[in-house]
Amino acid sequence: MTGLRFSRKQLCIPYAAFLVLFVVIPMFLILLYAFTGEDEAGNLYFSFSNFLNFFSSTSKLQTLGVSLTIAFITTFFCLVIAYPVAYILARSGWKRTYVLLLLFIVPMWLNFVLRITALRELLNIIGFLGNYDYVNTIIGMVYDFLPFMILPLYNSLQKMDNSLLEAANDLGAGPVHTFLHVTLPLSMPGILSGITMVFMPSMTNYVVSETLGNSNITILGKMIEEYFSTYDDMHMGSLISIILLVIIFITMLVSGGFKQNSDESSARGANLW
Amino acid sequence: MVKNKQKIKNGISAVYLLLILLLIYAPILLLVITSFSSARIIGEEGSFSLVWYAELFQSERVMGILLNTVVLALVAAALATVLGTAGAIGIFYSKKKVSAVLQGANQIPVVNAEIVTALSLAILFAAVSLQRTYFSLLVGHLVLCTPFVIISVLPKLKQMDNHLYEAALDLGASPTQALFKVVIPQIASGILSGFMLSVTLSLDDYIVTSFTKPATFDTISTYVYNAVKNESKSDLPLIRALSAIVFLVMIILIVVAIVSSSNQNKEDRNKNA
Repeated sequence: MTGLRFSRKQLCIPYAAFLVLFVVIPMFLILLYAFTGEDEAGNLYFSFSNFLNFFSSTSKLQTLGVSLTIAFITTFFCLVIAYPVAYILARSGWKRTYVLLLLFIVPMWLNFVLRITALRELLNIIGFLGNYDYVNTIIGMVYDFLPFMILPLYNSLQKMDNSLLEAANDLGAGPVHTFLHVTLPLSMPGILSGITMVFMPSMTNYVVSETLGNSNITILGKMIEEYFSTYDDMHMGSLISIILLVIIFITMLVSGGFKQNSDESSARGANLW
Repeated sequence: MVKNKQKIKNGISAVYLLLILLLIYAPILLLVITSFSSARIIGEEGSFSLVWYAELFQSERVMGILLNTVVLALVAAALATVLGTAGAIGIFYSKKKVSAVLQGANQIPVVNAEIVTALSLAILFAAVSLQRTYFSLLVGHLVLCTPFVIISVLPKLKQMDNHLYEAALDLGASPTQALFKVVIPQIASGILSGFMLSVTLSLDDYIVTSFTKPATFDTISTYVYNAVKNESKSDLPLIRALSAIVFLVMIILIVVAIVSSSNQNKEDRNKNA
């Protein structure tokens, strides 16, 4: 019997090797490159210069500020737009709401570069393109990431027990009071996982900012790409990656994402199919 | 009175959903409609014409890119599904500690910013002086997709009735037979959704692709992004026709999915009756 179990366990060896080679080691390389420089012979030496360079450069700090601002605004609008959608879909009691939900998620299947290109043409027609770079970028981010907010909110609102709302009603709470003290707290896991889904891509998805912001907006993702492809400098890119990782870590800590890994991943798309 | 209030509430809800759906679909519809106009730039005068569709199908370059994209997605998804399914089974039967470490490593690409994953792989390939080839591109897509196969399959393993596997062994099946004839069929829905999710992720990807692909290789995402960035007047109309076709295919797939799932429901109901 033990022999048989052993053979099933062994099935994870190829994937474990894959993870070590292509996920774990590359992440260590990022850490290594962030705190090293390269001499003329190509040898690595330990150095804080990338770190100091980043935090003493006004333009780089400005990029960090711009990225955070865009991410905050995008997340806010996604939440404000998605919450009523998710609430109606989950709580209205209408028939066949899953078809409606599908309609909101369908655009995710259309290649996102094509989707952003479509939005660019629309923004061009209404005269926004080239005039409101920041507004266009935020519109694009909200457009792109809205389903990531709708799905987790829908999941958490759907799980909510109806009798709790009835109880609140029976005990004399008005609709506003019920919403603030019953519905909102119960949907908090959905809100938090939606925020983690939207915040990070809004800081880094430079396809949106480049396509809609007329190449006038630099966000952290764009900066990494620039250092990589234009300056062939992976050290600064690695340092910016470390900053991004710290921000991811903070958002997860704040949202308690470590505890609800499974919830979160299902939000990211596992229940797309 | 109460009924009226409910009616108004439903009305407002419906209007809100309709408005958001309209905003979501407006850019895509605009592309579909203008793809039938002979105008090269949207807004210019043109007449009804299928010229862009004709040009699209005659363009060996674009057809080649389309084929590249689909083949890459299918190959990456198939490999990710095999690697991930084996990995999930292995993880499920491993000791708690091993399983926790592997699941933790599996979450890294899921929560990480895509640009960080992309840069980390590019650094790895540069560090071992590996030219960017189809292999590096495939690795990039496997890193993107396989974690989601694990996430789709693992819950199905947890729901599975473990006694069936033991029973198969007691009845004389070899462990391999038991695995393929008992375990795999029970987790088939998870495997399928992992595969579909992988196809979607691969088709949709831009950032990892652009960091790991060989210079001469293009997918839809990289081709469209560069064409839009360079404002290529010859490519943009083709992209409109391409978007319209992709969108149409998607709609057909979804209608088929909805119809077949509602048929499934009817069958289930009939069986129960």
